[in-house]
Amino acid sequence: MTDPLLSIRDLWIEGRQGRDWQPIVKGIDLDLHRGEVLGLIGESGAGKSTLGLAAMGYTRDGTRIAGGDIRFDGQDLLGLSARRRRALRGKRIAYVAQSAAANFNPAHRLIDQYAEAPVAIHHLMKRPEALREAQALYETLRLPNPQEIGFRYPHEVSGGQLQRAMTAMAMACKPDLIIFDEPTTALDVTTQIEVLSAIKGAVREVGTAAIYITHDLAVVAQMADRIKILLRGEEVEEQETSAMLSAPQEDYSRSLWAVRSHAAPARPAPPAEAVPVLRVRDVGAEYTRGTPVLQEVGFDIHAGRTLAVVGESGSGKSTLARVITGLLPPSDGAIELDGAPLPPQLAGRSKDQLRQVQMIYQSADTALNPKQTIREIIGRPIRFYRGLRGAALEDRIRELLTAIELDPDTFIDRRPGALSGGQKQRIGIARALAAEPRVILCDEVTSALDQIVAEGILTLLRRLQEEHDLAYIFITHDLATVRAIADDVVVMQEGRVVEQAPRDAMFAPPHHPYTEQLLGSVPEMDPDWLDRTVAQRAKA
Amino acid sequence: MDLHAVKSTPPTALFGMAVILLVALTGLFAPFIAPYGETEVVGLGFEPWGGDYLLGTDSLGRDIASRLIFGARNSVGIALATTVLAFLAGTALGLLAAGLGGWTDQILARLIDLLISIPSLVFALLLLSIFGTSIPMLVLIVAVLEMTRVFRLTRAVAMDVAVMDYVEAARLRGEGLFWVLRREVLPNITAPLVAEFGLRFCFVFLAISALSFLGLGIQQPTADWGSMVRDTAQLITFGEVVPLLPAGCIALLTVSINFVVDWMLHRASGLED
Repeated sequence: MTDPLLSIRDLWIEGRQGRDWQPIVKGIDLDLHRGEVLGLIGESGAGKSTLGLAAMGYTRDGTRIAGGDIRFDGQDLLGLSARRRRALRGKRIAYVAQSAAANFNPAHRLIDQYAEAPVAIHHLMKRPEALREAQALYETLRLPNPQEIGFRYPHEVSGGQLQRAMTAMAMACKPDLIIFDEPTTALDVTTQIEVLSAIKGAVREVGTAAIYITHDLAVVAQMADRIKILLRGEEVEEQETSAMLSAPQEDYSRSLWAVRSHAAPARPAPPAEAVPVLRVRDVGAEYTRGTPVLQEVGFDIHAGRTLAVVGESGSGKSTLARVITGLLPPSDGAIELDGAPLPPQLAGRSKDQLRQVQMIYQSADTALNPKQTIREIIGRPIRFYRGLRGAALEDRIRELLTAIELDPDTFIDRRPGALSGGQKQRIGIARALAAEPRVILCDEVTSALDQIVAEGILTLLRRLQEEHDLAYIFITHDLATVRAIADDVVVMQEGRVVEQAPRDAMFAPPHHPYTEQLLGSVPEMDPDWLDRTVAQRAKA
Repeated sequence: MDLHAVKSTPPTALFGMAVILLVALTGLFAPFIAPYGETEVVGLGFEPWGGDYLLGTDSLGRDIASRLIFGARNSVGIALATTVLAFLAGTALGLLAAGLGGWTDQILARLIDLLISIPSLVFALLLLSIFGTSIPMLVLIVAVLEMTRVFRLTRAVAMDVAVMDYVEAARLRGEGLFWVLRREVLPNITAPLVAEFGLRFCFVFLAISALSFLGLGIQQPTADWGSMVRDTAQLITFGEVVPLLPAGCIALLTVSINFVVDWMLHRASGLED
């Protein structure tokens, strides 16, 4: 066997916390041969991205390599001068980041940014040649209109196309190694499948080696030859993909597998004569007059039940949440709370009406004020709605913290910055719960979290639902979440409801064509799933 | 601040802080430090350095060292009052514009644009010649002109914060505008505002000194660094360095504040080097 292209031995990477250095990556070994794809899996904080960047000899601000050895094609990456290392980056080792939108310069056309590395930085070719190659790569990556698309600006193409354009950019210098850092995490399932198959095809065609970082097992099953699982900076296990899928050795690996197949037991349907706690009646909405974002959206939600609103980005899910909360008055139709109409404007709603409909946000980072303590964040709604003060307020805050399974003494005086993603999301739940609402709108509450953490949040939400007879409206694009928590499902497309049914009916055929497409795009753990699905769709 | 923190602070910032502290103490305790009174005629005009008069006397026979010391109180004090006023107005209006948005924001922002479009020194000179050159008027006019920049900064950073989910959460809860601005927005924009305060103080200080130098700022017999440069300016033709003393004080303080602000901004940015 030839020497590996990339070989990492006993790598230690530390991150600064205040004045101390804490290990992030703890003695990882890694070998990667030419043309091989290695999948790196783990929760956030497991050190995946740090390890991926280290494979380029790069560390983020506030992190440093404390020990170990990284050899790329026989060269000692850490021993190289910064200049020599820079000469390798982009040319022989390339990187594809999670958010293409944030990594393209909005002021330059795609093809100009493509040409930067091969023409201006590494002087591998002249511009006309680079442009020709770009167009060829765009075609390999199945971008529509490959001759022309490069001359557009980043905002003129879709997210999935941008991600593929970024992959093309990484391939511009025909690197030996490409590091993909969650390239499809931010995309809808139906877009993800296109990008995945394009990346897979291109990697196969060019024969480059790749490290594929993700937290989605089913995705990595499609892409990788071998899978390495990380937990808190340490390797859990590494195996060939098929062996890993069929027989994971460690408990942690098995728990990752188990989470995916979780489904809540079905609840009996509510009695026909029950008044829904919230009724959305033929709602239409528009941001600019004449271009409706929502049309004739209607559904009921009963106390103690969960309604999932599913759809891709742009389907109007978030607009629907804005209409229900009163941020955007509907242009048509009405919202009813307990059978009584809810004023369309936020300003027109009474304090008690506001209290009954609460919201939990997708990104816990922006949902909690970083300058406030947990005490202030949870205490404010209690004080605001119920007027509790002093010891009574303190007791109630502690009670809520206990309810969301966080130790009051540890957390009450912390600020959000000192919490993990899952803990922040729990605080978001406690803040909603503090108002003692009837309905909670959950806007993609688990999509920014890792599977195991998300699982914990869903379990907590279900328990709270049973204890407080809460109604949830669960806005999500993740069908695994729907299966795990929903009682009823509403599928939205382009501002309209295309299908509406109890969960089990929804997941059983026959489906509306759009639902069919959504369901069919969710990656399965079978490594052949991607190729098979793409082939099927090509035939159809 | 413990020893470790002092060590990790760059020398420029330490120097800046020392100068600011020195100027502040000098200003506060001017009557106790100065050998003579602020406006007291103590000898003949243009006495040489040394002897009874450390830095000599000016054209009227007032002790220059004493006037420099009192100048620290007057120039810095007035500039400080002006900056505070500019900040109160600018921050309040900026927050309001960012919080309310829509027409309020448009009208406020365009009015401020209008004010900014006129060169501020020329505008200040014009206003001062119309309304007269009292100290309150000076403070008010310079504050209004400098307030425009504070407004712009506040509005810009507050708009970034105003779109955060936690602000939306507060609005959905039914909180009033004032509460949202004060509790949710303001604490998150203090870092840039504090840095801006230092820089703005420099500009205010320079603007007032310039106005004083031009004769429309702080008036005789009040001791002020800007007008002292003007009063002693002709001495430079005789090879005297006296006018450079108040000018040097102005430069030293301005540079020092910049050092400190640079360091603070750097710390807030979280960059390592």
